[in-house]
Amino acid sequence: MNRRDFIKVVSTAGSGFALGFYIPYTNKLNGKIVASTIFEPNAWIKIKSDNMVQIMVAKSEMGQGVLTSLPMIIAEEMDLDWSKVVVEKAPADKKKYGWQMTGGSNSVSSGWQKLREAGAIAREMLVMAAAQEWGILSSECKTHNGIVTHESTGRELSYGDLAKKASLQKVPKNPKLKAKRDFSIIGQNMKRTDTLPKVNGTAQFALDVQLDGMLYATVVHSPVFGGKLKSFNEASVNDISGVTKIFEIENGLAIVARNTWAALKAKKQIEINWDEGEAAGLDSEKIRKDLLDASKEKGGVVRKEGNVKKALKSSKNQIEAIYESPLQAHATMEPMNCTAYVQRDKCQVWAGTQDPNGARKIASKITGLSKKQVEVNVTFLGGGFGRRAFNDFVKEAVEISNEMKKPVKLTWSREEDMQHDYYRPPSLHVMKGAFDQNNNLSVWKHRITAPSILFSQILKMPFPYKEKIDIIAVEGAKHLPYEIPNMQVDFQMTKSSIPLGWWRSVYDSQNAFANECFMDELAEKAGKDPAQFRLDLLPKSSRDARVIKRVMEKSGWDNFNNGSSYQGISCHKSFGTWVAQVARVSVKGNKVKVHEIHCAVDCGIVINPSIVMAQISGAIIYGLSATLKSKITIKNGRVVQSNFDDFEVLRMNETPEIHVYLIESDEPPSGVGEPGLPPTAPAVVNAIFAATGKRIRELPVQLS
Amino acid sequence: MNKFKLNINGEQHTVNVDSDTPLLWVIRDTLGYTGTKFGCGRGLCGACTIHLDGEATRSCVTSIDMVEDDSEITTIEGLSEDNPHPVQLAWLEEDVPQCGYCQPGQIMTASAFLKRNPNPDETDIDSAMKMNICRCGTYPQIKKAIFRAANNAQSSAGGDDE
Repeated sequence: MNRRDFIKVVSTAGSGFALGFYIPYTNKLNGKIVASTIFEPNAWIKIKSDNMVQIMVAKSEMGQGVLTSLPMIIAEEMDLDWSKVVVEKAPADKKKYGWQMTGGSNSVSSGWQKLREAGAIAREMLVMAAAQEWGILSSECKTHNGIVTHESTGRELSYGDLAKKASLQKVPKNPKLKAKRDFSIIGQNMKRTDTLPKVNGTAQFALDVQLDGMLYATVVHSPVFGGKLKSFNEASVNDISGVTKIFEIENGLAIVARNTWAALKAKKQIEINWDEGEAAGLDSEKIRKDLLDASKEKGGVVRKEGNVKKALKSSKNQIEAIYESPLQAHATMEPMNCTAYVQRDKCQVWAGTQDPNGARKIASKITGLSKKQVEVNVTFLGGGFGRRAFNDFVKEAVEISNEMKKPVKLTWSREEDMQHDYYRPPSLHVMKGAFDQNNNLSVWKHRITAPSILFSQILKMPFPYKEKIDIIAVEGAKHLPYEIPNMQVDFQMTKSSIPLGWWRSVYDSQNAFANECFMDELAEKAGKDPAQFRLDLLPKSSRDARVIKRVMEKSGWDNFNNGSSYQGISCHKSFGTWVAQVARVSVKGNKVKVHEIHCAVDCGIVINPSIVMAQISGAIIYGLSATLKSKITIKNGRVVQSNFDDFEVLRMNETPEIHVYLIESDEPPSGVGEPGLPPTAPAVVNAIFAATGKRIRELPVQLS
Repeated sequence: MNKFKLNINGEQHTVNVDSDTPLLWVIRDTLGYTGTKFGCGRGLCGACTIHLDGEATRSCVTSIDMVEDDSEITTIEGLSEDNPHPVQLAWLEEDVPQCGYCQPGQIMTASAFLKRNPNPDETDIDSAMKMNICRCGTYPQIKKAIFRAANNAQSSAGGDDE
């Protein structure tokens, strides 16, 4: 696709200037660039005559800061006055905005080049307009803070003054991008554009949508995955006032009421008979045994170097270990919910979704309306972490409103949210390492055994799959950076009757845990300092080595000696970003206290350091919950945990001091929402080993 | 259904609801103050925190019949008459929120706490704030903002003395 295909000027009514452009996004599933064949802009810049510049963002804001970082990139190249930038959230419209899925930590990295070019194009057109106005050459003009200046005469025109004229200029083919040293917005700690409404209570989440005549609903899902509704006793909730209607929907039983409380009360009290189905006998022990059994067979090989068999034979020292990760729930603070209003000729949806176009498609299918007749408004998301990439809650709300023909707000109870998630898959990792006669690491073997999100959940393929490899499941295992002469990484897929989904950092979370804890075991076997052991296996100038060295230096790794507290190190690259962490812990009895996490990050050019640091620190805290506290277990086909008392997450008093160090870089920006998470569990677990001599190979950590 | 009188953010309301209705749903569904959030329904996460006569209270487990007629209820919308409240100001200065969903509850807990303990140390803050969950992990920023709010209050109080 050439440049002309992704940018165009749209004349707007009145005196404005609107530049629409298309950002091709990488499809997570097949890694291919998704580009449209006809021009369909998915981002917009609008300059208004009052000098305000409106930038539309077609990505979902779930806390990661896209409503700030994406406009910053445009504002930089356009030389805008940041205080005059207004940011607007785009509704779902695939025709107009293209691929709107937010996930894979790729909003900045996939938009980077195109957003810069769009900003530069807009700037050049404004300059051309000014030059025309003054009868001079464009090259005599400078831009700064939303104003074009003719240097020699000191004449000035604001972007607002030039907007109309600018829209008549020819779109430049090769806009000149700024050199990094000239950046004045990128790299600055610009305040987030969404803080004020989030602090004064006016930010609108889907749960806050209110419509005239709205009804309130909740849904009861089969407690056993895959179970079906047999019958329910409507009379069992006769004493609850305000219940309007109870009826079956595809996912379970819908209860509609005049307020949320009545719906939630009825949900608790109603007598339901379920046909529990095949999964009723499932429990966590069975899941573990299936993983263990499957791990004995070789899977699809994703990496093979040297000759593992031969090297093992001639090796001096071998070790083997099995690492295990449990199911995890997302547990976003805002429980799943959606408001829908289905009318004869249109359907309106308000949802906090990471996949607005998916929501639109579902609503169109249920109502029989065309996609044009379906409007999906993307609100703020009260946490996403991958959960809101699934639109099950949208489907339910639309089904219910379709039945009621009234606006309906569907709210899940926390218990439904916890027990009907798309969970991070469980996994089991068989690790094998060996040293040659000179005590050099000569063999690395990693067998990942896990169910596949891609095949089971997304593509819904029947098990067993023809494919032997799921490229997503081997992320973070396939590209192990250490230079080891004989390597083999393979993947063995298992079946899952539990719904599976993307959980912050996806399989990188499990693969990094296995890799980096096992590296610590190997370092111990080799009798080397674990940080130095890693550095010895990495090219000196690699970005992996750089983050390790930086975190060692900043944390004072080499000279650390603090009585009761011990340290562990880890390093992992995910979503294009290199991260190394040092954890400091102390252990009293069976209690682990994490005191500090030091974290070095190389994510290329940093758009907004304070947002990046907040993302990294947030991912560490999310990772610590899964390291120390939370897990989902299954009994009788049901999720055992139901709320924050039995699915415990990190709280402020358990949060360590977190220090984030960003590496200066000229490389293009990479992801920051997820990469902070994978190194956390291994750094902490390695520190626990240093403190206790005990290897933890199963999460969450349990010392007994 | 019963009639209840409520004073929310200085305004008098009369509502007709079941007597076991949690304050949360009266505030949100009946009266439309949606700044107060639903998180867990069991007083475990703090997203629904409001002030009941100045005390940080979990509105999801406080049924309306437990509220006295003359009680004063404050929600995030009414925290300050002339926005923003010093705690909100500190939150803005530290750019605390990520997804933002838990923040009204965090701010309500923090503001009630700082009124009681205007000069807290880190342990005081930890034990006051551990009732409020943030899944985005903004705890370090929240802590900084609380220290900032306390410092701001100290310095402006110092100014008054002069």
